[in-house]
Amino acid sequence: MDWVVTGSNLIHDTIVFSTALIFAALGGMYSERSGVTNIALEGMMIIGAFSGAVVTFFMQDVTPMAPWIGLIAAIILGAVISLPHAVASITFKADQVVSGTALNFLAAGLAVYLTKVIFNGAGQTTTLTSVFGKWHIPVLGDIPFFGHAIFEAYPTSYLAFIAVAVSWYVLFRTPFGLRLRAVGEHPRAADTVGINVKRMRYTAVMISGALAAMGGATIALTTTSNFSHNTVSGQGFIALAALIFGKWNPLGLTGAALFFGIAQAVKTLVQILGLTAYVPIEFIYMLPYVLTVLVLAGFVGKSSAPAALGKAYDTGSR
Amino acid sequence: MNSKIRNIFLADSTLVPLAAILLGLITGAIFMLAGGFDPIKAYGSLLDKVFGTSYGFGETIRQITPLIFTGLSVAFAFRTGLFNIGAEGQFIMGMLASAYVGISFDLPFIIHAPLAIIIGALAGGLWGAIAGYLKAARGVNEVITTIMLNWTALYFANFILNAFLVPQGKQNSEPVKESAIITIGWLSDMFDNARLHWGTLLALIAAVVFYILLWKTKTGFELRAVGLNPHASEYAGMNVNKNVMNAMFIGGLFAGIGGACETLGVFHYMSIMSAMPGYGMDGIAVALIGGNTPIGVVLGAILFGILSFGASGMKFGAGVPVELIRVVIASVIFFVAAHGIVRYFIKPLLARQKEES
Repeated sequence: MDWVVTGSNLIHDTIVFSTALIFAALGGMYSERSGVTNIALEGMMIIGAFSGAVVTFFMQDVTPMAPWIGLIAAIILGAVISLPHAVASITFKADQVVSGTALNFLAAGLAVYLTKVIFNGAGQTTTLTSVFGKWHIPVLGDIPFFGHAIFEAYPTSYLAFIAVAVSWYVLFRTPFGLRLRAVGEHPRAADTVGINVKRMRYTAVMISGALAAMGGATIALTTTSNFSHNTVSGQGFIALAALIFGKWNPLGLTGAALFFGIAQAVKTLVQILGLTAYVPIEFIYMLPYVLTVLVLAGFVGKSSAPAALGKAYDTGSR
Repeated sequence: MNSKIRNIFLADSTLVPLAAILLGLITGAIFMLAGGFDPIKAYGSLLDKVFGTSYGFGETIRQITPLIFTGLSVAFAFRTGLFNIGAEGQFIMGMLASAYVGISFDLPFIIHAPLAIIIGALAGGLWGAIAGYLKAARGVNEVITTIMLNWTALYFANFILNAFLVPQGKQNSEPVKESAIITIGWLSDMFDNARLHWGTLLALIAAVVFYILLWKTKTGFELRAVGLNPHASEYAGMNVNKNVMNAMFIGGLFAGIGGACETLGVFHYMSIMSAMPGYGMDGIAVALIGGNTPIGVVLGAILFGILSFGASGMKFGAGVPVELIRVVIASVIFFVAAHGIVRYFIKPLLARQKEES
């Protein structure tokens, strides 16, 4: 076994598995920074994976750009599906965890229902013939070790890292970002200086839906090549954990997402190396979830969440 | 008397869930129409599946039973201000522990079955208590930990099954011993071999215990006080952390018994799982629609039991994919949570009531 090749592969796989988590956790960041808890990332990812796969399926014989059109469709539908959560929790001041849970139910049911309607009763979409291929970046991709590890990734992975940089800039260097944070920390003060709290929160939740859906779509359009009921299987919740572990910061959550990505990549690696003879496979499956609990129990400080997170804003309240 | 009954029906706590259910069914119908199905035929065959045969009716009761347990589990934690999404994992641990006791021990019925249920309950309770402990001691959000513990329970159960209970190359464990089975033979015969068991009675007893514990004991008072205002409770000298752990433990007990009854009453063995059984997640919906009260949970479980068991009839009778019922359930939760929307719809009704009085 060549350890250099193995190490290079491990980093390569980590980036593949982290991509969806980065998108979804970034999405969660916008919503939660504005003060709206987003436990619905899972549902938004499911809708993204579904719409990405279905639109790509219908476009793949028309144009070679089909996966890109699928990705854009996911962004739009992700923003749309986040609206029930926004309406319930912002306008009607519903409990945000409850409405998020309802959205998870809705998305899971709706996506599989529509899949069956569209594909004549089949529980998953037909395997896509046109999905994203990996991009080999010229020159950089030829560097030993790092070339394969980092510069031979899916275009969506590069997009994810660009989204992180943009989000950092937006959050900390633009008036929009300042307002977003103000609305999440102290909505009353924000309201007093003329910021429209509800509009900010609606915008944030819709951005959240769009990004989480992008995350879901990247799974369907890179690793699985179809959509079925278990395409997302809990990754929305892991993204939520990454968001908390990363302390609601774009760079921090990217680090956390990469950490959970390693846990996934190790799963593949263990199977390839034949270590399953020594470690029961179920323990490898458990790893990301147990790690999440341990990480949250051990490393996250108590008071780093946005101050107004989870509280509906009532114009008449003090 | 007449006006008393009318008041119950027109009370907000009754009217909002009823309107939410109606709006949920309408939402489902809209999606059916969009998918090219006939909603009236679909809902008709749903009801036919449930009430049309004695077997269907018995199996619906079988479906309702675990929902009462998981609904109580979620509702109990809710009363202490905790959101227990982990009923699923606690249910799995209950299934697993009772299967282990049922298969491995050899005891007379009078000891074996109760022991298997108690161990199942404790397994569920302890699984819940982990999330309670992490919340109390480390301040970790229970929503995340319970979700993670659900997946952990799934794979942990599969590991135990593969390693100890399932014969090489099979999917199902050995059957539990005859002495651990809680199926009611004569009742099952009456309902055309529908799988009816003592768990249903236990579920109703659990709902009564839920009420007595929360509203008639000091522990219950503390649990509810912490749920309503942790700061005030702390100030009044209550130990908030202890109550958080208690609430998650007791909630877990309910879900654990539910899991145990499923193994001992319905299947008599346990299978390697490729997905969650789903009763824990549905329990959230049941608790919400039931307003976290024991009677509400029982009624909510009946509703969702009917919907989810009848869903296969809908598929058979009108070709509607069973997942549509998830859309209906989700919409109902939405409308209950955002009761402002429902009030908007029932406003004319309430206005007329005011005029009359």
